[in-house]
Amino acid sequence: MKKVYINSVCAITPQKTFDNTQFLEELIEYDANVINVVNPVYKDFIPPAAARRMAKGIKMGVVASKLALKESGLENVDAIITGTGMGCVRDSEKFVSAIIDNDEQFLTPTAFIQSTHNTVGGQIALELGCKGYNFTYVHSGISFESALLDAKMQLELDEAKAILVGGVDELGDHTVAIHKLVNHIKSENINSNALLESKTQGCVFGEGAGFFVLKNEKQESSYAEVVALNTYNTLDEESVNEEAIRFLEENNIEASSIDAIILGNNGDVNFDGYYNKLTSKTFKDIQQIYYKHISGEFNTASSFGLWLGARIIKSQILPEAVKLNITETSKFKTILLYNQYRGKNHSFTILKQC
Amino acid sequence: MSKGVAITGMGIISAIGNNVAENYQSLIDGKKGITRVEKIDTIHKDVIMVGEIDITNEAFEKKLGLAKDNNYSRTAFLGAVAAKQAIADAGITNINKYKTGLISATSVGGMDRTETHYYNYLTEAEPRKYIDGHHAGDSSQKIAEQLGIEKSLVTTISTACSSAANAIMFGARLIKSGQLDRVVVGGTDCMSKFTINGFKTLMILSDTYNTPFDENRKGLNLGEAAAFLVLESDAVVKAENKTVLAYVKGYANANDAHHQTASSDHGDGATLAMEKALKVAGLEPKDIDYINAHGTATGNNDLSEGRAIIRVFGDNVPDFSSTKAYTGHTLAAAGGIEAVYSVLALQNNIIYPNLNFKTQMKEFNITPQLTLKEKHLDVIMSNSFGFGGNCSTVIFSKEA
Repeated sequence: MKKVYINSVCAITPQKTFDNTQFLEELIEYDANVINVVNPVYKDFIPPAAARRMAKGIKMGVVASKLALKESGLENVDAIITGTGMGCVRDSEKFVSAIIDNDEQFLTPTAFIQSTHNTVGGQIALELGCKGYNFTYVHSGISFESALLDAKMQLELDEAKAILVGGVDELGDHTVAIHKLVNHIKSENINSNALLESKTQGCVFGEGAGFFVLKNEKQESSYAEVVALNTYNTLDEESVNEEAIRFLEENNIEASSIDAIILGNNGDVNFDGYYNKLTSKTFKDIQQIYYKHISGEFNTASSFGLWLGARIIKSQILPEAVKLNITETSKFKTILLYNQYRGKNHSFTILKQC
Repeated sequence: MSKGVAITGMGIISAIGNNVAENYQSLIDGKKGITRVEKIDTIHKDVIMVGEIDITNEAFEKKLGLAKDNNYSRTAFLGAVAAKQAIADAGITNINKYKTGLISATSVGGMDRTETHYYNYLTEAEPRKYIDGHHAGDSSQKIAEQLGIEKSLVTTISTACSSAANAIMFGARLIKSGQLDRVVVGGTDCMSKFTINGFKTLMILSDTYNTPFDENRKGLNLGEAAAFLVLESDAVVKAENKTVLAYVKGYANANDAHHQTASSDHGDGATLAMEKALKVAGLEPKDIDYINAHGTATGNNDLSEGRAIIRVFGDNVPDFSSTKAYTGHTLAAAGGIEAVYSVLALQNNIIYPNLNFKTQMKEFNITPQLTLKEKHLDVIMSNSFGFGGNCSTVIFSKEA
């Protein structure tokens, strides 16, 4: 079996993360319960006429994939695999409301077409002229991990040499409004630095895109090796720690050799307990890292977690802003990632220096 | 030559039957499930025809024994019913005895509830339970729960009308690579105003019965359905002494990279998908005994697919037909429905007629199979194509 390497990364998030010459040195602090991305200049990458028609999710996906491709030094890839929890949700909202408001009359197809979940993957294929394998996974908090797993399997078996993998989700007004009503979004504004102390229900919604070129050959620009990945539809809080250990054992890795753990804490008092189970037991004394206080929560936010892990391993720099505890750790060779959303759809990923 | 992945169970619910036996009976009787719209209140009801399932949501609730406060979408109801049938058909009593996953496919997800309660959510508390049921993964989570799948790989694919074919493909690869011992694969989509109006704006809905591969075809009929297959590793088949219904022999996905919603004139993506699937199966075009075509009866699809078939098979195009005239186009479920039909065709050595065909298309001289045909079948190819240039081919075989 071949090894799988992350050879390039690009993240568009509510921080200025799309420029890889910087690494979270300058942060935007939010006092909010919904935060939007810092937009790259889309017209530098997409002709303005085309960009005007494109949903934000498509623009984020297309630009993030172009930047990732550029960094990898490739012109094209063998496959494009995308994860998205909600797809281009604004177009879904636009089409549903138009159906209701106009009693099914005077509708135009653009919003319907863009509401299709695989629109982003399809548009990237169009932009790149890529006729290869093109899948879109749409499973809440593991949408991105499903895409990553698919890519990893193909690369390990050498069915493909280079794959573009990404996660993307955009915010929509109606979606935000109704998720506030069911307390999936915090009712109060919260400062980025105080997210985990909030002790209230719900999280801060964000949006973003994270794209990566994965290959089964190492190159100069390689960030890290994706060693293993597992997803779970269910997992109870009491067995998370045990499952983490089992997962590491399966991959012949000692818990003590983990240099850092990247966690998906989103400040929801009802569900952060899963992470606390890890940080109070096996991973108590190792470097703990979190990121949703600066990116917000979205179904594919864990793509930003992967971006963070890959960049830490390559640069051996741990930005202050993402430290969850204070340790003396200075070498980052093996990083474990764990994420879940609302107690469902859990994932463990192991990254290793290459 | 690569070895096929065993199919050991299947379940289905569609406009032509509530289980596998009923679907097969309708197929051989030439009985269509296409009618005027009955279950959805749409202003288009007199100008379109659809393939609806004649069971209400309330009846599904009862059938599944769900509490009154459940938040199932119709997509989840259909999926749960079909997936449970598949598990029973495979003779599985202890689902977690082997590492079992679920790969489902949907495009509509919980949109039926969303479009009903969209503005009510803002003012009424009661319907808000459906907010969490909107996203596409929710129906899969519920199906997994119904099957008792825990702590395992459960995910959802949404690539428009090729979704379920892609779920079968991913599932087969998970078995081959040893990630899972057993996987339930397929798709589910219910009827919704969203899709009715979406396809209406694209002007590809027929005002009468859809007529695949006919010169005067006027577009598709939407359908609702769910279908699932159980795939098991050779080790499980051996240990449990399982009867194998058929094998997933080959598969491929390719992208047309031509247009967001239209297929290229010459079917580049479709050609690639069929060729790659043959390669994965280690087969030649001459080995295919029957093609269950995508054949949606839109002007664009049937021309593009027909040309792609000719590009792959040359002068020796095998018998082919589309079963969309029976069920309507069931979107993300279509690849699952047609997988079940392909397995049934292999089991019974039967080719289904391409109903409603009258006039030969002028762009080429291939004609679909028009009558029920008995013929020894070893290998069947099934095509599914979707928006976003998504083209998928799955090959089913009698022998591994």
